[in-house]
Amino acid sequence: MSSMRNVIYFLIMTALIVLVGEFQSWNLALSIVNLCIISSIMALGVNMQWGYAGLFNAGIMGFAALGGLAAIVVSMPPVHEAWSAGGFGIFTGIVALIATVVAAVFSYRKMKGRPFRTAIVVLISIGGYFIMRSLFDPATDAIEKVNPATSGYLGGMGLPILLAWPLGGILAGAAAWVVGKITLGLRTDYLAIATLGISEIIVAMLKNEDWMTRGVKNVVGLPRPVPYEINLQQSDWFIQLSGRFDTDPVAFSSIFVKLCYAGLFTVVLLIILYLSEKALRSPWGRMMRAIRDNEVSANAMGKNITARHLQVFVLGSVVVGIAGAMLTTLDGQLTPSSYQPLRFTFLVWVMVIVGGSGNNWGAVLGGFVIWFFWIMSEPMGIWLMDVLTSQMGEGNALRSHLIDSAQHMRLMTMGIILLLTLRFSPRGLLPEKTGRH
Amino acid sequence: MELLNALALLSNYVLVPALAYGSQLALGALGVTLVFGILRFSNFAHGDTMAFGTMVTILFTWWFQSMGLHLGPLPTALLALPFGIVFCAAYVLLTDRVIYRFYRHKRADPVIYLIASVGIMFVTNGVVRFIIGPDDQNFADGERFIIKAGEFKKLTGLSEGVSIKASQGITVVTMVIVVALLFWFLNRTRSGKSMRAYSDNEDLALLSGINPDRVVAITWILAAALATIAGTLYGLDKSFKPFTYFQLLLPIFASAIVGGLGNPLGAIAGGFVIAFSEIMITYAYKRVVAYMIPGDWVPDGLVQLLSTDYKFAVSFMILLLVLLIRPNGIFKGTGT
Repeated sequence: MSSMRNVIYFLIMTALIVLVGEFQSWNLALSIVNLCIISSIMALGVNMQWGYAGLFNAGIMGFAALGGLAAIVVSMPPVHEAWSAGGFGIFTGIVALIATVVAAVFSYRKMKGRPFRTAIVVLISIGGYFIMRSLFDPATDAIEKVNPATSGYLGGMGLPILLAWPLGGILAGAAAWVVGKITLGLRTDYLAIATLGISEIIVAMLKNEDWMTRGVKNVVGLPRPVPYEINLQQSDWFIQLSGRFDTDPVAFSSIFVKLCYAGLFTVVLLIILYLSEKALRSPWGRMMRAIRDNEVSANAMGKNITARHLQVFVLGSVVVGIAGAMLTTLDGQLTPSSYQPLRFTFLVWVMVIVGGSGNNWGAVLGGFVIWFFWIMSEPMGIWLMDVLTSQMGEGNALRSHLIDSAQHMRLMTMGIILLLTLRFSPRGLLPEKTGRH
Repeated sequence: MELLNALALLSNYVLVPALAYGSQLALGALGVTLVFGILRFSNFAHGDTMAFGTMVTILFTWWFQSMGLHLGPLPTALLALPFGIVFCAAYVLLTDRVIYRFYRHKRADPVIYLIASVGIMFVTNGVVRFIIGPDDQNFADGERFIIKAGEFKKLTGLSEGVSIKASQGITVVTMVIVVALLFWFLNRTRSGKSMRAYSDNEDLALLSGINPDRVVAITWILAAALATIAGTLYGLDKSFKPFTYFQLLLPIFASAIVGGLGNPLGAIAGGFVIAFSEIMITYAYKRVVAYMIPGDWVPDGLVQLLSTDYKFAVSFMILLLVLLIRPNGIFKGTGT
């Protein structure tokens, strides 16, 4: 019965996309599909945290942004001039930072019960901070002076961008480990607020650490894992191929590129989905759900709740980081100012809740459905306002205000969808399967 | 003299702005903490509630201005503030009636309320942007300054001036009045006592015949009033932009947690701790140092701990520090 439901929902979703392709353009339909797949992967990550373990992560944006950072660090060519200007300073600065943290933690642990513990730890931190800044500042200034219009940052490693996907996951996972270590074990709200905080800070760093990310000047022109349209249009095999489909090579090249991305993304989605399903159906998955449903009895059975929470929190963030790196790859640029909590954090939440928390297929479906409506609600809102106010006449101020503001309808739509699902169908479109499987 | 100049400089750029900002944060954190104490969840929609109340206040301000109503040297917004509070309270009570009440009667898990508040955050954010637009709105009028830097210099003969904006003075005075009223209400009146009883022990309070719906309604009205006042003061002091108000959520949460979630006194202390650290850590002390030590010792840099772009980071770092050392906040809160 429930598998029938799965199939029907996914068929409806496919039909909606085909409709867009037929009536608007296949180009648009494919770009929606690509972002739907990325959204689904993010939703899968959040579903691990919320659906398996009941952890509320309000910092999805930050983990996705770390994935984006990985994309430029891996793929952009290194700026040798900047490296020779400030590379050593940055390196010593990072060493000083690590040494400070290690020294502070070490003395905090070793001095348990002795007098002046706090004072000494504070002194070490402040002293270390100033040493780090004195190494860092000249280096960053020097780096940012190297061709500020085109580079002004260290660049990356010049490796294939596909490597950034796993690296983005690792970066996000490391950040999640730090946050989780501090906040897991306290009540849920603290995790939510702490993750909200760290996501804002990660984005603030991307915006301001110009030596690393060029800040608000953006890094553009990331190398692609797929061919460029212009090269395709000039190669013989491609012209022949487009001739076989009886299409214009220019239009077809853009569709072809999007199809390549879609193929790559689908592979990642299927791998993560397969692993998630395996994990959920394993003893580990049953343990996670047992912890979620009743911490006290799971604890009595000898499960280490905090450690399991930390584990699943890191795993989920890794998946979000991978999705973030994929998104930056697809965009071909890192624009730190585009990371907005409503779009990146809370929208993914709507996906998970609407799709069906605890069910991986539900998370995938939620990613598709919500992204589709996120894109489509603006034209629909404008159309709706146009129809509603058509009696008012052309020059009416209220009418033009309503039509201009229709783009904000999408926020309201998302909120209302979330609230309605939570109230009337709290288990989502594809509810979690419980009992034997 | 040199020392006085350094002090004047510090007051102008650190003390006065931090007092005003701290008052705004404290009022915001009080709203979060009251909702947490009674309903036991962190209200993610609080920033947008602030934006909603401020938006209504701005609309009324514009209306009054167009009718020629004004308060002389005081900003017209103060006249519009009660209307903002009434509309905001009505809106918040509506969300409670339509959404939260259902979960309260089901005795749902606190995290469900939290998710519901995310939904309300989306809707409120949309409503505000829909009505007033996503851009900056400036609605301050009346006298701009209580004391200008130039007047201060002439008055004292110092080479550094202290200017106090009218909005800063109004903020601090309003904060003191509001907090005094709130504590009088919580400690002296029957309704306030029933709120505290409900917050301490829900079951016992219910057994003693306290009407939970009434307690919750009062809490929402207080939270809406505090949110509108905090939002309007912040808007007068800086400017109104829906996205900024959403972002204020982070320092407000930090204030509430640093002070101890659920503890009103803690919320006020937390607001000032966060505001002072944000401003003190991101202020460039170069000129202060220049007054304090001989000229050729002054360092080349700005003598700034963190660039001003990291204001949000400061509140978060303090939050993490408090969570590490004292998870219940400076004053003991109800959440563990």
